Amino acid sequence: MLSYIIRRIFQSILVLLVVGLVAFSMFRFVGDPIENMMGQERTQADIVRLRAQLGLDQPFPVQYWKFLKGAAQGNFGVSYRQGRPVGQIIAERAPATLELAAVSGFFAIIAGIGLGIFTAIRQKGWASHFIMTASLIGVSLPTFLIGILLIYLFSVELDLLPSFGRGDVVKIGFWSTGFLTASGLKALILPSITLGLYQMTLIMRLVRAEMQEVLRQDYINFARARGLSERVVNFRHALKNTLVPVITVIGLQLGSIIAFAIITETVFQWPGVGLLFINAIQFVDIPVMAAYLMLISVMFVGINLLVDLLYAAIDPRLRSESAT
Amino acid sequence: MTTAKIKRPFAPRLRAFWASDLAWSFRHSPVAFASFIFVCLLTFCAIFAPLIAPHDPFNPATLNLMNGFTAPGTPNAFTGESFVLGTDDQGRDVFSTILYGMRISLFVGFAAVMLGMVLGITAGLVAGYRGGWTETIIMRIADVQLTFPAILVAMLIFGITKSFTPVEYRDQMAIWVLILAIGLSDWVQFARVVRGATLVEKNKEYVQAAQLVGRSGLAIMVRHILPNVLSPVLVIATISLALAIIAEATLSFLGVGAPPTQPSLGTLIRIGQGFLFSGEWWILFFPACTLLALALSVNLLGDWLRDALNPRLR
Repeated sequence: MLSYIIRRIFQSILVLLVVGLVAFSMFRFVGDPIENMMGQERTQADIVRLRAQLGLDQPFPVQYWKFLKGAAQGNFGVSYRQGRPVGQIIAERAPATLELAAVSGFFAIIAGIGLGIFTAIRQKGWASHFIMTASLIGVSLPTFLIGILLIYLFSVELDLLPSFGRGDVVKIGFWSTGFLTASGLKALILPSITLGLYQMTLIMRLVRAEMQEVLRQDYINFARARGLSERVVNFRHALKNTLVPVITVIGLQLGSIIAFAIITETVFQWPGVGLLFINAIQFVDIPVMAAYLMLISVMFVGINLLVDLLYAAIDPRLRSESAT
Repeated sequence: MTTAKIKRPFAPRLRAFWASDLAWSFRHSPVAFASFIFVCLLTFCAIFAPLIAPHDPFNPATLNLMNGFTAPGTPNAFTGESFVLGTDDQGRDVFSTILYGMRISLFVGFAAVMLGMVLGITAGLVAGYRGGWTETIIMRIADVQLTFPAILVAMLIFGITKSFTPVEYRDQMAIWVLILAIGLSDWVQFARVVRGATLVEKNKEYVQAAQLVGRSGLAIMVRHILPNVLSPVLVIATISLALAIIAEATLSFLGVGAPPTQPSLGTLIRIGQGFLFSGEWWILFFPACTLLALALSVNLLGDWLRDALNPRLR
C-alpha cells in the first residue's frame, strides 16, 4: 500500500516536471526575452547587464529550477499583452470560472441523477423514450452549438436572458461573485446549462444503467415481497447501491468541466480563465499560456492522484495487485 | 492478355467481399447504407467543390458587396441576383463557402485521424510486442494523456506549436498545426486497443512459427500481427473521424483553428454567430446543419461498424 502511494506520488511529480519543462521551453525559446523587453536603442553592455540581471546567462537546469520555484509561488511573469503579472490576472478571473463550474456541476448532478432514476423506473413510458432520444442528440451536438442554440432561443427570440457576460458582480474581498445580484444570477443560467448538459447526459445514462442493473437483483425482489412500498424499494434500497460508481465518475468529470468551460466561456464571452487562455493562444501571449498549462496540469494530476488513492483505500484488490 | 491476368484475381475478391458477413450486414442496415451514401456524397462535394460551387467565395474579383446579406431563395434588392442559401456580409454565396469549408473540415479530419492512427498503431504494436520498459513508458504516457480531455490536449498542442512557429508563417501553417494538434490528441485510443490485441496475438502459434523461421521483429509486427488487429482499429478510426471533425470545428469556432482566409465549417459558424442578433440566421444555420449532418452520419457509420465487427453480437 505504502509503495503504491509513493509510486503514484512520484509519478505525478514527474508529470508535473515534464509539463513544467514544456512551459519553461516556451518562455526560453520562443523569441528572445531580451528582445521582447528592450527597445531599439540598446548597447551590448545593456544586453549583457539585463541578461545577468534576469539570470539568463546561467546554465539551463539552474534557470529551470528558478522557473519552477517562481511557478510554485504563483509567479509566472508578466503578460505580454496586458503588461500585468499573470498570477494577478488569473486570480481576478478565477472566481468567474469557478462559479460557472460549480453551478453547472450542481445542475448536471441534480438533473442527471433525477432523470436517470426517472427513466430507469418508468422504462416504458413515452417520457422516458423522449428523454433518451433527446440525450442522444445532446451527446452528438457540439458544446458550442448548444450554446448558440440556447442564445438564439432565450436571448434573441424570447429576449428573456442575457447572451453574454456575467451581469453585475459584487466584490467580497478578492472574490467577485455573481450570486448576489439578479442580473448575475440570470447571466449564469444559459452558460451553466450549456456547460453542464454533456455531463448531465453522462450521469443520467450511467445512473439509468446502474439502476436497471440493481433493480434486477434478488434483494429488490425480496424487498418487494416483504411488501415495502415502491418508493422505499426504489429510493432506499436501489438508489443507494447505484450511487457508488456514480460518485467516482462525478469526481473524474470535475476536471473536464473546468476544461470545457473554455468553450462555454468563449460562446458567452464569460470573463473567466478559459476565455483568457483562448485569447492568449490567439495573441501568442506566452506567459499566460504557460501559466494556464501549469495550472490545469496541477489540477488534473491532483484530481487523478486523489481518485487513485481513494480507489486504493476503498478497493483492497488494487492494493494486493500493486504489491506483486 | 497481360491486363486480363492482372484483373482476374480482383473480381473473385470483390465477390468474396460482397458475400462476407460485413457486406451482408451493411446491405441489411438501412441506417448504415444511408449514412455511407451521405458521407460519400459530402466527401464528393467537398473534393469537387471548385467545380460544383456556383461562385468562388475566395476570389475577391467575383464578389459584389452589394450582394451582402441576401436572404436564401429571394433575389437581392440591388442586384437582383438570387442565392440558394443566401449570402454573408461580404456577398459570398453561403452554399459555396459551405462546400469550400467542408473541404477544409474533412481534410483536417481525415489527416488528423491518419496521423493519430499511424502513431497509435506504431506505439501499440511496439508496446505490445516488445513489452518491458518500452511498454511501461509508452503506456504511462498514454495513461497521463488520457486523464486530460482530448479537446484540451489539442488546444494546448495548438497553442504550443503556434508559439514555436515564426510569425510570418502562422496563418499558412494553421491548418497543419491543427492536424498535428488533433492527431496527437487521439493516438492514445489506437495505441491502447492495438496493444491489447497484440498481447493476445503474440502468443499465438503463427507468431511463434514466424519467430522460429527467424523473421525480424519488425516483419512480424507489420506483416503478421498488424493485419490481425486491424478490425478494431477500423472502428476507432471511424468514430475518431467524427470526433476529429467536431474538434476541428470547435477549435476553429473558438478562433484558434483554421484562419479566416481558409475558413472551415467551424470558422463559418464563428462568422455566422456575429449576425445572429441582426436576424441573418442563414449565415449561421446552414454551416451548423452541415457540420451536424456530417458528424452524425460518420457517427452512425461508426456505430454500425462496431456492432458488425463485434463477434459477441453475432
